Amino acid sequence: MSQASAAAADADVGSYGTSNRKMVMWAFIGSECMFFASLISAYVVYMGQSQTGPYPADLLSVPFITVTTFVLLMSSLTMVLALSAVQRGDRKMGRIWLFMTPFLGAVFLVGQVIEFTHFWHEGLTLSQNLFGTTFYILTGFHGAHVTVAAIWMFSIWWLHLKGDITEENAETVEIAGLYWHFVDIVWIVLFTVIYLMMDV
Amino acid sequence: MTDQSHAEAAAHAGEDHPSNRVYLGVAGILAVLTALEVMVFYVEALSPVLVPILMVMMIGKFALVVMYFMHLKDDPGILTGLFTGALTVATAIVIAMMALYERFVI
Repeated sequence: MSQASAAAADADVGSYGTSNRKMVMWAFIGSECMFFASLISAYVVYMGQSQTGPYPADLLSVPFITVTTFVLLMSSLTMVLALSAVQRGDRKMGRIWLFMTPFLGAVFLVGQVIEFTHFWHEGLTLSQNLFGTTFYILTGFHGAHVTVAAIWMFSIWWLHLKGDITEENAETVEIAGLYWHFVDIVWIVLFTVIYLMMDV
Repeated sequence: MTDQSHAEAAAHAGEDHPSNRVYLGVAGILAVLTALEVMVFYVEALSPVLVPILMVMMIGKFALVVMYFMHLKDDPGILTGLFTGALTVATAIVIAMMALYERFVI
């Protein structure tokens, strides 16, 4: 590491021996955990309480969502590979993985749009029943987070293409990556609670 | 710049992060766990213990991503404290709501 980059990294080190930007991101992720916990608890409390259909078992497709879940999980892999490549100064692989990450996120979002459209045509609107309200709010907010993360990652990819992101400021990629992985861990919980526990 | 501050700066640049081989291994485990979750969902005989099994696998996947992909395993303890503190409150919110409405899924 050059003197300049080491000094730059040092300048950002707070009194707790870690980067201030990283600490703020972890604090933000902590607050987001509580936000999603409130939405998840509302979903769980109203599970099986709908008075009219369609009910979860009528609509939810585990095979379909397993594919999109796999896509999102693999986007977390491409994210860490991107960070690793940027830290090594491997521009070619960095460019590929930085593009693949939001691309896989976009594929997940397309899956969500297909699912929402199908459910809507089957009669599950936001106000149809408790399942519709809690399902759309919970998965919709998650989808909004994936959208923000994808826009952020495409921006990082663009900055990397222009040469504004290098191994010297790889922490920018790491922080965006923390947010990306956060939307992934939220989905790990939602996949289990909404889809695999639908008959509980 | 001292040796210690150089070491800190290097740590910030992520030079102590796991290798790509480790990342691929973790991704493989995540894929296998997801496949197992779906398999358990379809096995009728396991339905009485479905929720505990799914919860264990879900927590395992969650922990793998946080520890390896988010590097919490190697990062300073203050970050682990920030996250686990908030996660504890978040978990308490869910448990409190389930208790309040007597809707325990576990």
